[in-house]
Amino acid sequence: MKFIEARKLVHEYIRRDEEGNVESIQTALDQVDLEIEEGEFVAVLGHNGSGKSTFAKHLNVLLSPTEGSLWVDGKDVNDADKLWEIRKTAGMVFQNPDNQIVASVVEEDVGFGPENIGVPTREIWERVDQSLRDVGMTEYRSHSPNKLSGGQKQRVAIAGVMAMEPRCIILDEPTAMLDPHGRREVLEAARRLNQEKGVTLIWITHYMEEVVHADRVYVMDSGSVVLKGTPREIFSQVDTLKKYRLDVPQMTLLAHELRQAGVGIPAGILTRQELVEALCRSGLEERGGGGYAGVGRE
Amino acid sequence: MSIILDKVNFTYSPGNAYEKHAIRDISLKINDGQFIGIIGHTGSGKSTLIQHLNGLVRAQSGAIYYNGEDIYDRDYDMKKLRQKVGLVFQYPEHQLFETTIFKDVCFGPQNQGLEPKEAELRAFSALRTVGLPEKLWYQSPFELSGGQKRRVAIAGVLAMEPEVMILDEPTAGLDPRGRDEILEQLARMHRELKITIILVSHSMEDVANYVERLIVMNQGQVMLDGTPRQVFAYYRELEAVGLSAPQVTYLMHELRQKGLAVDADATTLEEAKASILRALKERR
Repeated sequence: MKFIEARKLVHEYIRRDEEGNVESIQTALDQVDLEIEEGEFVAVLGHNGSGKSTFAKHLNVLLSPTEGSLWVDGKDVNDADKLWEIRKTAGMVFQNPDNQIVASVVEEDVGFGPENIGVPTREIWERVDQSLRDVGMTEYRSHSPNKLSGGQKQRVAIAGVMAMEPRCIILDEPTAMLDPHGRREVLEAARRLNQEKGVTLIWITHYMEEVVHADRVYVMDSGSVVLKGTPREIFSQVDTLKKYRLDVPQMTLLAHELRQAGVGIPAGILTRQELVEALCRSGLEERGGGGYAGVGRE
Repeated sequence: MSIILDKVNFTYSPGNAYEKHAIRDISLKINDGQFIGIIGHTGSGKSTLIQHLNGLVRAQSGAIYYNGEDIYDRDYDMKKLRQKVGLVFQYPEHQLFETTIFKDVCFGPQNQGLEPKEAELRAFSALRTVGLPEKLWYQSPFELSGGQKRRVAIAGVLAMEPEVMILDEPTAGLDPRGRDEILEQLARMHRELKITIILVSHSMEDVANYVERLIVMNQGQVMLDGTPRQVFAYYRELEAVGLSAPQVTYLMHELRQKGLAVDADATTLEEAKASILRALKERR
């Protein structure tokens, strides 16, 4: 069994009127099958209302399946006895940096989780030290969280999750409310945890640029997984992504359009560096004679 | 017709331990019909600045003139100003509250004291402008998608027929298509209704693509003010204050360093594409 495995996972939001009769049913997850290996950096894309967040909330049992099953580290989310174990395995970071901080001092906020599950005091402090170091926030440990920037608050939130010693962190649009600097800060902190500590990352986002370094990308649409693959495989399908209300990173789009205009560069370019290298190489080839169709024709 | 800010200062909690000088000595002129972007890192004073423009926050010193009238004048009609200068807050969909979309959009104009009939006409036209399908109008606003809710919220402000519309990060949290739809809508409103639009954004790509003038805030002051091309030429200075230039600007600089004669100041994908194709052609 894989670290995370979903089999025919269904979730319906059922609305009832005052007498308890069913008013409407909205299927948010529709027969989702999905596997995630431990230690992977997995990105989940999808338009608003595609089911990303509903799926994420199943991973630490904030929601339970209507039908089907989901196993996290071999534990079935339908098994009520395993609830707390699953929540310790899989921690969650939300979008808004301002509504997930509970204490008035950074280190107390990070210590809240372990204290809540009865970790001995000395170990709480060890975990707090370690977690703050992991996200690079040690120097702010005695600060008040409300004086921090958005990116710093999100890193404190990640430290709070890390203090629970999870094996998997789910981040549901953690950068949506941040400025560019804050976005970079949070992404780098999370990737470091993935690379150095082997924590599985499940990263939900609308920013295509953040997905470039993921091991695997899942694209969701109307409650189902419609595409999966490496970032290069996913982003080579520019038109399919547009159909799902998504986009490709700007560099990929530019490379795609240059190729269509006849420039001799390879398909599937993801980053600026790749595009610079490809264009320089294509320039050199060109000097040696020859040329491309579409460029330089007058 | 314009908004003029003359040496505006504002400090939060003056005189106690939490004192924070949010904006200092800001002097700006915002001409009629401009499409302006404001960027700046969190805490740079952007939100405080825009709240001054419709009188939500009162400057401690300095003056603001709307169409030549001092808004801090004792006889000035502040309520009128707030109708003329519409403010769409961050996550405006959190402020929807009525039972149907149509009623929600009617609320603003009705509150202005218009006859119900007139308010409804305004709501019709506003909902049509934001492009929300008519079959949804009499549904609850809470069943819409994020992007649709946001359009309803924008329609609510539009129905007051403002001359200036200020939007604080109107695309935050939207999927790429939703983002493009909202921005296209704003561009169209700007073009067709000739409204002045002021867009606060964290996306350098978005401002590069849409605005004609870009104001950069840092530590409560205007750090740069110009066209996106002019502003993003200072990409190193922008980085020093936690901002950046659009990806293509970096690409162009790197290509120049490698000896490809591209236009280093390109800020949009179209400009970059044209310039790269031209440079490759010249190189032959």
